[in-house]
Amino acid sequence: MQKKNQHVWQNPLIYILAFSSGFSIMGIELLGGRILAPFFGSSVHIWGSIITVFMLSLSLGYLIGGKLSTQAASLNKYGTIFIIAGITVLPIAIYSQVIMESIFIQIEDSRYGSLLASMALFFIPTVILGMISPYSVRLLVTDKESSGQTAGILYFTSTLGSALGTIITSFYMVLAFDVNDIIISFSLILASLGLIAITFNKLTTPEINNLMEANND
Amino acid sequence: MTKLTIVSLSILSIFFSSIINAKIIHSERSLYRNIIVDDQHDLRCLKFNVKSSKTSQSCFLKSDPQKLVFNYTKLLFSSLLMIDEPKKVLIIGLGGGTMSNTIHQLYPDAKIDNVEIDPAVISVARTYFGFFENENVRSIVQDGRIFIKRAALKKQQYDWIILDAFNGDYIPEHLMTKEFYQETKMLLSDDGVLSANTFSVSKLYQHESATYHAVFGDFYNVANRKNSNRIILTKKNALPSEEKIASRVNKLTDKLSAFGIDIESIQRDIQSTTTHRDWSDNTRILTDQYSPANLLNLE
Repeated sequence: MQKKNQHVWQNPLIYILAFSSGFSIMGIELLGGRILAPFFGSSVHIWGSIITVFMLSLSLGYLIGGKLSTQAASLNKYGTIFIIAGITVLPIAIYSQVIMESIFIQIEDSRYGSLLASMALFFIPTVILGMISPYSVRLLVTDKESSGQTAGILYFTSTLGSALGTIITSFYMVLAFDVNDIIISFSLILASLGLIAITFNKLTTPEINNLMEANND
Repeated sequence: MTKLTIVSLSILSIFFSSIINAKIIHSERSLYRNIIVDDQHDLRCLKFNVKSSKTSQSCFLKSDPQKLVFNYTKLLFSSLLMIDEPKKVLIIGLGGGTMSNTIHQLYPDAKIDNVEIDPAVISVARTYFGFFENENVRSIVQDGRIFIKRAALKKQQYDWIILDAFNGDYIPEHLMTKEFYQETKMLLSDDGVLSANTFSVSKLYQHESATYHAVFGDFYNVANRKNSNRIILTKKNALPSEEKIASRVNKLTDKLSAFGIDIESIQRDIQSTTTHRDWSDNTRILTDQYSPANLLNLE
């Protein structure tokens, strides 16, 4: 079910990107507990704060991503979302100490302290990452009949990424690497994938133009 | 045949009677864990999670509540060989409140702050283990790390800090990092002592030692073969000399024997890391960035 003017590798590339965003979202969420613990403890309300912020951000991200996909959707813009996601993940590693310290001093109650710290650290990158799902659907769907199936495969891919991101981060990566190194890796992977998508788009566009010219003949 | 039956029956009856005698008098599921209090003849124990004897957090004899039952609680009193009379004491992790009660009896004028994350543990300690609070002894419901961070902001100082927040099967990982020990060190008075009750085994033992050494320099390990606990004793400044320790042993022997503590024999279990370095130089230090303590404890 390829669109006429679309490269054969475009859909697999979108699935790989969606998988990686799912992987990163849960990897970062899991490390959130580690990042907050020195200032706000490791009690159940820490997870309450983190999960609330992630769910809230994702829900807004879905809304914004869906809206954005109605305005001349392209692989270029899709790649740009990934680059922005990569950039906005970076402050989690760089500024978390400063941010948490000032919140810790201002707010005595560690429930609201951790909620505010989660907002400050994770809200923006998770909104951006949430935009990816609806945007992927827009790029993948070709017709009404198969749209449900396309969405199903997309959710399968990105949620499988989330599952693997959770287990690999918590079982293995924390044993080998510093928290910040893992966060920076996520940032680099997301940004690189964005660049790959944009480059892929550049490389395949002339090809498609040629094809279209050939069809016109 | 009948003889064998009688023997096996009597073994069975002993087996069952010991189970029946361990009577659970209180059990609840708190936000953090299962809490079980059971009575076995004269012995009352506080247990977390499972009903095996391994997980006992605190025990006392109902007929002689003053006498310390646990080996590690006795070992913790080696801390008194490091300092003169403590005036301010901080205990992270309440258990049955045994340490608080004993220290208050030894030094009624000392201010004791007990920090415990689980309010259910505090009320069980009050109801079943005789834990008491007064104008000098208080308990605070808070995560130990948060309490220490806030106390450091307020520039508070303690002469004796006891870290006893680990139970048999789970380590709060943010309480075993370089940054946490640095924050705790800020709370120590110039002559203050930090004592930690830990049970790390295998790989984690080395990581823990290396992390303490990175923050405090050389320290004392106190352990005997009775179980896998060890007590770590560290100070902000230099550790006391052997003569100083020996003179304190003399002063404390009678005072502590009332609580079942044989300080002379405990003194012989103290080893300095200057002579007994029990980790290799390339051991990775635990930090807020790298703190897989529970995973390391499995390996």
